Amino acid sequence: MSIIEVKDLNFFYGRFQALKNINLSIDERKITGLIGPSGCGKTTFLRSLNRMNDLIEDVHIQGRVLIDGVDIYDQGTDLQKLRKKVGMVFQRPNPFPLSVFDNVVYGLRVHGVLDKNTIEDRLQWSLKCVQLWNELKDRLEVNALSLSGEQQQRLCIARLIAIEPEILLMDEPCSALDLIATARIEDLMRELKKQYTIVIVTHNMQQAARVSDFTGYFLLGELIEFGETDQIFTNPADSRTEDYITGRFG
Amino acid sequence: MRIYVDPKIEQRFFRAVLWLFTGVTVFILFFIIFYVLKRGLPVVSLGFLTKNPVEMGKAGGIFSTIVGTVALTLLAILIATPLGVGSAIYLTEYTRENWVTRVIRFGSECLAGIPSIIFGLFGFILFVTKLGLGWSLLSGGLTLAFMILPTIIRTSEEAIQSVPYAYREVSFSLGGTKWQTVTRVVLPSALPGIATGVILGVGRSIGETAAVIFTAGSSLHIPTSLFSSSRTMSVHFYILAREGISMANAYGTAAVLIIAILIINVLAYTLMNKFMRKYC
Repeated sequence: MSIIEVKDLNFFYGRFQALKNINLSIDERKITGLIGPSGCGKTTFLRSLNRMNDLIEDVHIQGRVLIDGVDIYDQGTDLQKLRKKVGMVFQRPNPFPLSVFDNVVYGLRVHGVLDKNTIEDRLQWSLKCVQLWNELKDRLEVNALSLSGEQQQRLCIARLIAIEPEILLMDEPCSALDLIATARIEDLMRELKKQYTIVIVTHNMQQAARVSDFTGYFLLGELIEFGETDQIFTNPADSRTEDYITGRFG
Repeated sequence: MRIYVDPKIEQRFFRAVLWLFTGVTVFILFFIIFYVLKRGLPVVSLGFLTKNPVEMGKAGGIFSTIVGTVALTLLAILIATPLGVGSAIYLTEYTRENWVTRVIRFGSECLAGIPSIIFGLFGFILFVTKLGLGWSLLSGGLTLAFMILPTIIRTSEEAIQSVPYAYREVSFSLGGTKWQTVTRVVLPSALPGIATGVILGVGRSIGETAAVIFTAGSSLHIPTSLFSSSRTMSVHFYILAREGISMANAYGTAAVLIIAILIINVLAYTLMNKFMRKYC
């Protein structure tokens, strides 16, 4: 079942066209990996799925992005609701300089959840989801910036799932982490896909091969090829994809 | 033609020169404080602090001028902080950099460079006479507020700009509105910087004479309302010294003023450090 449908998406920064005629459908409760060289539009594409690009000056967009059948670029779209539904994990772990507790409940407070029991429940549930509960349950008051990089990134994921999104956009979530931490975050992603649809941008082809069910290859703003991960990595249809995954290019 | 100097000697020479410059600065600073305290402290006693001036200040204490100073400074800060921080938030978060913001910024910087006596004159014409507020705490407070406004805007703006963009981005990505992002993420992180601006404002207000003498007047009575005329410590010092009423009491007043400013600075920086540790 597809949850996101992208139709003829063109994206411009000023006069520069960053995305060219993208057509793609993303399945529910699967991990979709986007690979490709730097500056080829992967992150731009990811950020067009929750309209984070709106924050940048002088951009314009053509085409349609349907989430659950509704075009998110329609006039009446409620950006706050959209971003609650389509959450984002960033490249660098970026907790607020507040306590672990305040970080996790930030989204809840923003969305008007004030009931103490609900907050307590969600806090515990989301920290358990990212396997931080046992480590941090007695240290909820410490400043989040004092945690390790991996803990910070897990905390950011907890902060996001606390508001119960449906789709998680991950922009190279492991690029600031070491190998062991990366492996553990990947395990977490496999766990999370039981409940969430995940779209991940990665520089690391092995990572895409390891975790994703579907893979798309971006080159110079075009989606060259999209399909099941096995097929993309073992039997790519396009010679440019083959060049990239075999390391001849990129 | 260049003369060759052994770099090591050159290095030693300039280190000595820089040390000397710093030494002279520190010496002048301490000399002023020491001199004022030495001449002033002997007359400072509990009675001096708690009694009202008698015979135009020749005898008695300076209690009413302490009340006047505190009231006026408080009023100025209460008026200037919301205006200044509000403008800073608007300029940094709600507008994009364009010619309007540049004009506003340029204007506020010019405002910062205007001599305080001009503010005094402006306050006198606008508040005291045109608006009919008379010589009063309100006229003085408004005048001081406009005088310290540029400082507060500038420091708040810098503090707000130095909050990493990533915090705002995360807040938006979690579905926060701009206002929620500003109040829950940006302002708490910018608080130490904003506080610095406010403290600088307090310092300027406490020591200000020219702008105040024209607008708050120089009554020696304890102010009872916003419309009472009142004398601040610095105005009291000025009048005592200029009219030759009592040099001893003038220095006493100056000593109290200097100590008050020192205490405020130390307190403010301690509080700020506490905040910093909490938020950064």
